[in-house]
Amino acid sequence: MSDVDYLAPTSADAAAKALAAGGAAARALAGGTDLLVQLKSGRLKGGLIVDLKHIPGAIGVREEDGAFVIGAATPGATIGEHAGLVRAWPGVVEATHLIGSTQVQGRASMAGNLCNASPAADSVPALIAARATCVIVGPSGRRTVAAEDIPVSPGRTSLKPGEFVLEIRLPARAARSADAYLRSIPRTEMDIAVVGAAVNLTLDSGGTIIEARVALGAVGPTVLIADDAAAAIIGSRLDAAALERLDAAARGACRPISDKRGTAEFRTKIAGVLARRAAAIAYGRARAKGEN
Amino acid sequence: MGARQHISANVNGDPVEFLAEPGTTLLDALRDELGLTGSKEGCGSGDCGACSVTLDGRLVCSCLVLAVEAQGRRITTIEGMADGGTLHPLQQKFLEHAALQCGFCTPGILVAAKALLDVNPDPTEVEARYWLAGNLCRCTGYDKVIRAVMDAAADLRQERV
Ligand SMILES: Cc1cc2nc3c(=O)[nH]c(=O)nc-3n(C[C@H](O)[C@H](O)[C@H](O)COP(=O)(O)OP(=O)(O)OC[C@H]3O[C@@H](n4cnc5c(N)ncnc54)[C@H](O)[C@@H]3O)c2cc1C
Ligand code: FES
Ligand code: FES
Repeated sequence: MSDVDYLAPTSADAAAKALAAGGAAARALAGGTDLLVQLKSGRLKGGLIVDLKHIPGAIGVREEDGAFVIGAATPGATIGEHAGLVRAWPGVVEATHLIGSTQVQGRASMAGNLCNASPAADSVPALIAARATCVIVGPSGRRTVAAEDIPVSPGRTSLKPGEFVLEIRLPARAARSADAYLRSIPRTEMDIAVVGAAVNLTLDSGGTIIEARVALGAVGPTVLIADDAAAAIIGSRLDAAALERLDAAARGACRPISDKRGTAEFRTKIAGVLARRAAAIAYGRARAKGEN
Repeated sequence: MGARQHISANVNGDPVEFLAEPGTTLLDALRDELGLTGSKEGCGSGDCGACSVTLDGRLVCSCLVLAVEAQGRRITTIEGMADGGTLHPLQQKFLEHAALQCGFCTPGILVAAKALLDVNPDPTEVEARYWLAGNLCRCTGYDKVIRAVMDAAADLRQERV
């Protein structure tokens, strides 16, 4: 990493200016667990590194009227320590927690996971299922976009020159709502998801699912939103027939590639299984919330 | 190439100053500028944990931190673990249990294990194994490492009461 420059601006506007001035080779730095690996391997050429961690609000979690605002550079370890967030969004927290080792958790952010634009990024299906939005700052001001609109293809985002994510917002939640995320890897730790599945749902007082969202990772060029899979369980109490429909609809949404981590056929089958299991976990969590 | 930047930080309780190019990792600065060669580079890509240090109390891979990011921050390395000539109980237990062979992974494992016991003085074996999943060892097979960590945790709990 010999041909890089480093700036640590202390305001969002200064960061946007620096990124814009740095041109195509300028990169935002959060935890560096993707960026520094890519710079060292030569996959990325050097340029200006703009460290976001000194911008007020870039690190930390705060609650605003039931919604949660997560600073873009907040490391996974910090996210797991916020009791209110863990209670409201157990699926987002468990997905973020799966990223790497304890050491990686000390640095890796959800926004970095999202902006690195890997289809296998663990926190992204959970963020999308949660209807997370991102506050983007750029040279021409601020805008808010849905999390799913940021990655466009492996390694590419919709962010324009000079733009970066300042914070991630998780919406306020109805009572009896919960989420869950599961991934399949060949080991128990430290590997890249072969498939990931996130389910977010809300129940009525009788335990019927009135709202649901299903997102699948590593089975397409970006994380996929499986609307048919959500529709398959809405109106049900997640009985066996609903789970069968969910499984089939999740499989139907998959557009995977075959590679050394798994064939397309294997990934498709596992996506159905994980969607079913994640739905069951989210459902159990939502019911437990209704009971206390 | 970016200009060298002047960095002031605190390492193992002592104020330090050094010059770093923007592309230099914290691991290289610790080893080459400050002469603290206990932290090792096994992979340089965050996979092995041999370079583990704490940054403002958080366990991180120093191979994936820029030296310039250390400005104004608190770092602890394996060199800060023993109290003068007295080994930390974790270090003592690693010797007693023969929890190392070549020793290349050992500084990183010790730093990571201490970070665990600082937040969780009474971990289960499963918790210890998950916490240390980012520390690879090609020699010991991990079993002796885990036994040494569990034994040190028990001793440290005794010391507290
Ligand atoms: C050993 C190891 C294990 C890993 N295991 C996993 C795993 O299990 N699951 C998984 O999903 N990932 C894994 N990763 C990848 C990585 O840790 C995650 O993608 C992490 O979330 C990246 O976050 P970061 O803060 O470190 O991002 P950085 O490396 O700082 O940035 C990543 C990319 O996003 C851009 N960026 C960062 N923040 C912003 C922002 N706020 N606005 C705009 N652009 C931004 C950067 O310019 C860069 O291109 C692993 C990495 C390592 C080294
Ligand atoms: S050298 Fe840093 S993790 Fe291997
Ligand atoms: S003792 Fe040799 S790598 Fe662990």
